This record gives sequence, structure tokens and C-alpha cells, in this order.
Amino acid sequence: MENAKWIGMQLLRMAVLLAAVTVTVFVLLSLSPIDPLTTNVGQTALGSMSGEQVERLKEYWGVGTPAAARFLGWARDFLRGDMGISLLYRRPVAQVIGERFFNSVWLMIWAWLLSGFMGFGLGILAGRKRGGTADRLVTGYCLLTASTPAFWIAMVLLMIFAVWLKWLPIGLAVPIGTAADEVGLGDRIYHMILPALALSLTGISSVALHTREKLAAVMESDYVLFARARGESERSILVRHGLKNIALPAMTLQFASVSEIFGGSVLVEQVFSYPGLGQAAVTAGLGSDVPLLMGITVITAAVVFGGNTAANILYGLIDPRMRKGRKKG
Amino acid sequence: MDGHLLEVKGLSITFTQYERGLRRVSLPVIRDLGVTVDRGEMVAVIGSSGSGKSLLAHAVMGILPYNASAEGEIRYQGEILTEKRKKALRGRELVLVPQSVSYLDPLMRVGEQVKNGRKGRKWEEACRRVLGSYGLGPETESLYPFQLSGGMTRRVLISTAVMENPRLVIADEPTPGLHPEAAKRVLGHFREMTEAGAGVLLITHDLNLALQTADRVVVLYAGTAVEETDSRAFCREETLYHPYTRALYRAMPEHGFKSEPGSQPYVKELPSGCPYRPRCAMAGPECAGPVPLRKTDRGWVRCVRKEGEA
Ligand SMILES: Nc1ncnc2c1ncn2[C@@H]1O[C@H](COP(=O)(O)OP(=O)(O)OP(=O)(O)O)[C@@H](O)[C@H]1O
Ligand SMILES: [Mg+2]
Repeated sequence: MENAKWIGMQLLRMAVLLAAVTVTVFVLLSLSPIDPLTTNVGQTALGSMSGEQVERLKEYWGVGTPAAARFLGWARDFLRGDMGISLLYRRPVAQVIGERFFNSVWLMIWAWLLSGFMGFGLGILAGRKRGGTADRLVTGYCLLTASTPAFWIAMVLLMIFAVWLKWLPIGLAVPIGTAADEVGLGDRIYHMILPALALSLTGISSVALHTREKLAAVMESDYVLFARARGESERSILVRHGLKNIALPAMTLQFASVSEIFGGSVLVEQVFSYPGLGQAAVTAGLGSDVPLLMGITVITAAVVFGGNTAANILYGLIDPRMRKGRKKG
Repeated sequence: MDGHLLEVKGLSITFTQYERGLRRVSLPVIRDLGVTVDRGEMVAVIGSSGSGKSLLAHAVMGILPYNASAEGEIRYQGEILTEKRKKALRGRELVLVPQSVSYLDPLMRVGEQVKNGRKGRKWEEACRRVLGSYGLGPETESLYPFQLSGGMTRRVLISTAVMENPRLVIADEPTPGLHPEAAKRVLGHFREMTEAGAGVLLITHDLNLALQTADRVVVLYAGTAVEETDSRAFCREETLYHPYTRALYRAMPEHGFKSEPGSQPYVKELPSGCPYRPRCAMAGPECAGPVPLRKTDRGWVRCVRKEGEA
């Protein structure tokens, strides 16, 4: 009963969030100074067209229709399960997103796991002993990468590993000129290493710094003092008290970081010409491809929301204080 | 004198802190402190909040915070208690009853913490028995610290010590939150331990309680031990020698509840010489200099005044 109510609340919150996000994107798009016709058709081409043709194009790109009417039209279709046709790709939005989503998710899952595990590991190494050598090295590294934008790291990686060393491909998700069904898993991974690395690097430092901070606080807490006073070894303290007490915040942070990874992916995909959602979003935004941009927005918001909800659920499941609290309340 | 179970001599604890503008300040929170505990003896350390009682306990256990440095000598069974020896002894011969619920892992069940990771029938039974002896049923074992009341927490903390077979127990405020009946039982348990040959260092700010059970009393004021005497000395004011000890005596309910004006100075505003000087009715210029320890018929006192002098 409690749970059903909670799930209902979450769904409601998600619906409200999506509504708000889509409206915002629509408003921003309608305020955008970009003229879809000039951008996508070209000034010269437009000049050589007949008035009738231009009218047809205007209708196609939705120029002249009030934003509110367009939004309602889009929303009505969307609620019926129709995400519309991408104006740029001339294919159903669902299809475009489907492909792109697969590429992106593949990339982001790796980056997410990498930043999670590496960050957690480095954070533990550093936080075990505040001020120790490991701590200074890790913190130094983290502060350096945390203050560096993901796209810049992406370009540096690209220069070193793709341009100079030629170990890894410069971009794209698959080798150029290969049919889709000939692309193997190896190719995909090969093309994904650099973008995933670039995407995870800044994530690693934020997870590591948080984990370090939490673990250092735990290692200086009264209950760790008492564990020491009871003759527990440092190792056992770390395993029995340390990890358990930092696992929760780390997990929450990790799920909440989904949004950061999404944000970072937009730039990183751009740098690596990686055909993912982020890149499509940039293309759609610049080209006023309203249906595509709206579709991407909805999907992205839903995934990020899902990440945060997963964090909440996990927290409730694992932390006895929350668990018992909810049962009581 | 050799053969004390625990002998703390000339213990000083200093905290290093950074203030605004990265100015380094040293806080001498304990200065030149001495305490001894013999086998079969219960010694009470009394002092008001902030006088350094917990730090004394932590120094003996070797769990001072990283920004604290300790000087002086701590001996256990006649030998210097080095870090290595502390590590080998604590949790076994040397146990601490900590002061508050924050010393329990918030995410670990009570039973697990009392057993301290040890598995098997033997430990499960021991855990059940010890908790039971403090009126905590088996259901307590599966609770988390946040589900315990203050009194239950206290009893769980004490149980962790009773689970072991200690030679020296350092109990940091083991009784607040317990009703008088339970407090008596707890002290009774400590008494039984001393009868079996263990030593107990009882840290408390409750003078009445200390006098009821302890053999000797050490009075701490703002990080300095001002007097050591036996519990019976508190029967009359004349057998107490330090003005602060006398003030404590007069503050006891049965002796008129009179409290002295002023309060214990914070370490940063500590006067030179005797820390009690600003509040002392008998203070003179010589109290500002170094105050040596003077033997008395019952222990020692750190005061330049001889008895009878005013
Ligand atoms: N980590 C620390 N850094 C700086 N000062 C500290 C630190 N821990 C304790 N102190 C100071 O040391 C003094 C003694 O603290 P302690 O905890 O030993 O007091 P206490 O006698 O146990 O008091 P209470 O009865 O309240 O438990 C206090 O003035 C306190 O402010
Ligand atoms: Mg204390």
C-alpha cells in the first residue's frame, strides 16, 4: 500500500517534470533567433524558389504557426505515442532516437561504470588516511581534472591517442564505410574507448573527491575510534565500518551523476563526431528540428529522473534509518 | 612506587589548530596530569564538562585525534605503554566504555557490535547473557543504534566492555541517562570486576556517584589535576585541601548546594599558574607562578597554600 502510493507519487512527479521541461524547451526554441529556413535550406536556394515553394517550406518547418498551437499539436501526438517525423533526417523521431540512444547509452554506461568504480577506488585510497601520500596524489589529480572541462580533455586525448600515437580512431562509432551488420562488437568498443574515457575523467574526480571526503570523515568518527579502541585492525575497520558507511552516499552520488554524464556527452560526442543523442541534440537545436529535439529532451529527462529515483529507492532499501523510518511513518 | 596497574605521569595533551589567517595555535588542554590505578581498585576522575576527562581516557587507549599530541609517560603493569602495546592490549586487557551513542556504528546492528565481529555459538550466548544482565532482551540485538533510547545505549556500551575479560576498564561517563537503580547495578558490575582483580578508572562529573563506589578520587580542573584523595576525605571539608575540591564539597546537595561564582576557563583564556586562581578566594600573587605537587596525608594536592593558611 505504502509502496504503491510512493510509486504513484514518483510517476506524478515525473509527469510534472516532463511537462515542465518540454514547455521550457518549446519556449526557448520559439525565442531562438535562428530562422529554420535560412539555416536548413540556404539563402540562395530560397531566393531561387517560387513563392509557393517557399510557402510549402514554411509550413514544413512550422514557420508562422503560433508556438502554442505547435506545442499542443506536438503534445497531442506525443501522448498518443507518436513522436513525429524528424525534419532534418526525414525519418520518424522514434527511429532516429532509437539508433542514437543505443550508441549513447553504450558510451555512457561505460563512462558511468568507469567513473563510478575508478572514482570510488581512488576515493578510498585517498580517504583512508587524510594527508597521506596517496591522499595528496589523488586529490591533486582530482582537482586538476575536476577543473578541466570534459570537451577539452576529449580534445587532448584525441590529439595524443588518435592523432599522434594513432592507436585509436579519431571519431565515429563504427569504421567508415562498413555496412551496419558487418560491424562487430570489437569495432564498437574500439571506437568507444576514447569518448568513454574523456567522458568519465571529470566524473572520476567528483566521485573520488566525494568518496574521499566521506571516508576521511568516517575514519575520524567516534565509532571508528571506538573500533580501534576495541582492537580492530585498520583493515577490518575499513571493511566493516568504512565501506558500509560510505557506500550509501557514493551510490546516491553515482546515480545522481547520470545527469552530469548526459551533459558531458553532448560535448564529448561533438568532439569525437560520435553519432549519439548528444550530437543529435546539438544538430536538432541548431537546425530547429523541433520534433527531434523534443523527443531527445523527453528521453533524456526521463533517464536522468530515473537515475535520481533509483538513487532514492536504493537509499531507502539499504539505509536502515530510512527503511525503518518509512515503515513507521 | 612500582607495580601500579596503570600509571599516568606528567601527561600533557596539546591540540594544534589553524585559526583565521592560517595562524597556528596550540591548545594545551591537559597539563602535567598524573593518575594511578592499582589492581582491585576503582579510581574516579571527576571534573566538569571540558576539563579533559575523555581525552585522558583516549590518551590511555591510544585513540587521540590526529591533531592532538601527547607528552608524558603512561605505564601499564610497570612497563611503558607504547603504541604497539596499546594495539596489542586494547579490546582485550584494556577496555573502554565510551561516552555516547556516536561511538556505535550507525549502520551496524547492536548484536554485531557487542560481539565485535566474532562468530559462533559461544559468542552469541555471551552476547545474549551480557545484554540480558542489563535487562536488554534478545530483540535488542537486531536493533540499530538510532532505535535505542539513551539508557539502552548506555547499557549496550557497557555490554561491549563486559563481553571481554579486562584487567583495566576505563569507563567514560557510564551512568547518565540511567535511572538510579540501573546506575547502581552498572557500578556494582564494575565493583565485581575490581573484586576479581581488575582496575577501573571511572570518569564522571557526578561526585556523589564517584564517592559511593570509588576508592580514590582525582579532581580535574581545566586540564589540570588539582587533588587526589581517598573517597572518605569527602566526609568533612577539613580533610580536603584544594579550594576547588572544597567548592565541590560545598556544592553537594547534603552540604548546602552552594555553587561558586564564575566558571571553568576555556583553554585559550587559561591564566598562568593555578587555573583556579581567578575564582579562588585565597589566591595571592604566588599562585601565578608554577604550582608544585604537595603530598598530603591522603594523596596529593596542587596548591601553594598550606592547610590553615588563608
Ligand atoms: N579535536 C579537538 N580539537 C580541539 N580541542 C578539543 C578537541 N577535542 C576536545 N577538545 C577540547 O579539549 C577539552 C577537553 O575535552 P574532553 O572531551 O576531554 O572534555 P570532558 O572532560 O570529557 O567533557 P565532557 O564531560 O563534556 O565529556 C575541551 O576544552 C575541548 O574543547
Ligand atoms: Mg567527555
